[in-house]
Amino acid sequence: MARTSDAAGAAPKETMKQSARLLAEPPRVINVGLEGFAVELAAQGVTVVHVDWTPPAAGDPQLARLLGKLGT
Amino acid sequence: MPDLGAIIEKANAEALRRMLTGEPWLIDVVPARDVLPDFASPTILHAGPPVTWGRMCGPMRGAVTGIAVFEGWAESLAEAERMAETGAIAFEPNHHHDCVGPMTGMTTRGQMLLVVENRTFGNRAYCAINEGLGKVMRFGGNDAEVLDRIRWLTHELGPMLGAALRQMGGIPLKPLIARGLAMGDEMHQRNVACSSLLLRQLAPALARTATDSEALARALTFVGANDQFHLNIAMAMGKAIMDPVRGIEASSVVTAMCRNGTDFGIRVSGTGDRWFTAPVEMPQGLYFPGFTAADANPDMGDSTIVETIGLGAFAMGAAPAVVGFVGAGHPTEAARFTRSMREITVAQNPEWVIPAMDNYGVPTGIDIRFVVETGIMPTINTGIAHRKPGVGQVGAGIVHAPRTCFTSALVAFAETMGIA
Repeated sequence: MARTSDAAGAAPKETMKQSARLLAEPPRVINVGLEGFAVELAAQGVTVVHVDWTPPAAGDPQLARLLGKLGT
Repeated sequence: MPDLGAIIEKANAEALRRMLTGEPWLIDVVPARDVLPDFASPTILHAGPPVTWGRMCGPMRGAVTGIAVFEGWAESLAEAERMAETGAIAFEPNHHHDCVGPMTGMTTRGQMLLVVENRTFGNRAYCAINEGLGKVMRFGGNDAEVLDRIRWLTHELGPMLGAALRQMGGIPLKPLIARGLAMGDEMHQRNVACSSLLLRQLAPALARTATDSEALARALTFVGANDQFHLNIAMAMGKAIMDPVRGIEASSVVTAMCRNGTDFGIRVSGTGDRWFTAPVEMPQGLYFPGFTAADANPDMGDSTIVETIGLGAFAMGAAPAVVGFVGAGHPTEAARFTRSMREITVAQNPEWVIPAMDNYGVPTGIDIRFVVETGIMPTINTGIAHRKPGVGQVGAGIVHAPRTCFTSALVAFAETMGIA
């Protein structure tokens, strides 16, 4: 029980530290999907990694169902 | 319910095995009449999936009328046009007769054809001899200069090349491609290394078999000045590699991609010889001085067989110089194209590697499932023809295979697997 209390007590402190660090340092961004957001951030000097991702089969449910059955 | 994914993986492994174990050799140049059927009426084989005269684009029509005059079916281009309009000329795809052709892809019985034999499987594929750059029939050219060049290819250069190849016992093409990749070719819009390497091998045999030193000089000058001479050989090689991959039950690997200036077509191993077509897209690229996008014809040619075997835009990482030529960005972006194509392919080719990418094997075996799932369409490096007949090439660029070809192929493929 005591260990649980210690852990519970430490977690908010660590979270606060991380939050403070996040606000103190320049942002580093991972952008998923729409590349325009990454481009805009990069233009403002923000460190950004873009992940080229789209929904499977462009979001078409029938094609996604077929792909699921065909083993992708 | 059987594990369809495992069944497809096994079928695709067999497709890949056939692709990678093919041994294509350039063995001869022969009269087309020796290898094409004795058609009942004047017949022209063209690039791409089937298309009628009524739906043909401008440069395809220009080439049709030109080759009809070359064959002696018509006295003039106007007469040839009337023949085509009235059905006196029949049209069939090159792919239906073991052939391929760049851009308009005119193949007729009166021409000479390069022969590539796949010595592992025993099949052969054919392609006409590359005409060089500028005003040429593959881009819709059809005037006296164009026809005279084809006559010279037919009556002088073709027989000379054939004699040389027979004398030397043919040229193995896989090692040639491997060296070409290391020297900056991707074998679609850049063939300068492979053309040069080929000439180095051919020249002694040409000298031994030629009977006329002036004819020899013309042959060496023409081949030596034609940076794209090897393109048609690469295409026949691609066809010879892919034909044994056709018809493997449960394989989702693409066996052909081609376009006729109106439609883009693909074939998939597991669905046999059925075409899946969609309107062809317009290339995005750079134009020669004096021309703009308004002059451009939609994409055209059987040359996408090169991308089908992992070369062309799929091997862009080997050819940074091409990225600028086709207007696709900076040379440092070349590797990105190749890595992107890996997302939609079954494997990498361990024999065709790109030194500048730490010997990255070219992406090999396009899987329609991956194309539909990711939305990444095969990228193609291409030349751009003028939309009017008789003008010729106006630029170069890249184009993507249309998504509809792959979605309709996937639905049909699923049906063959028992899924509606």
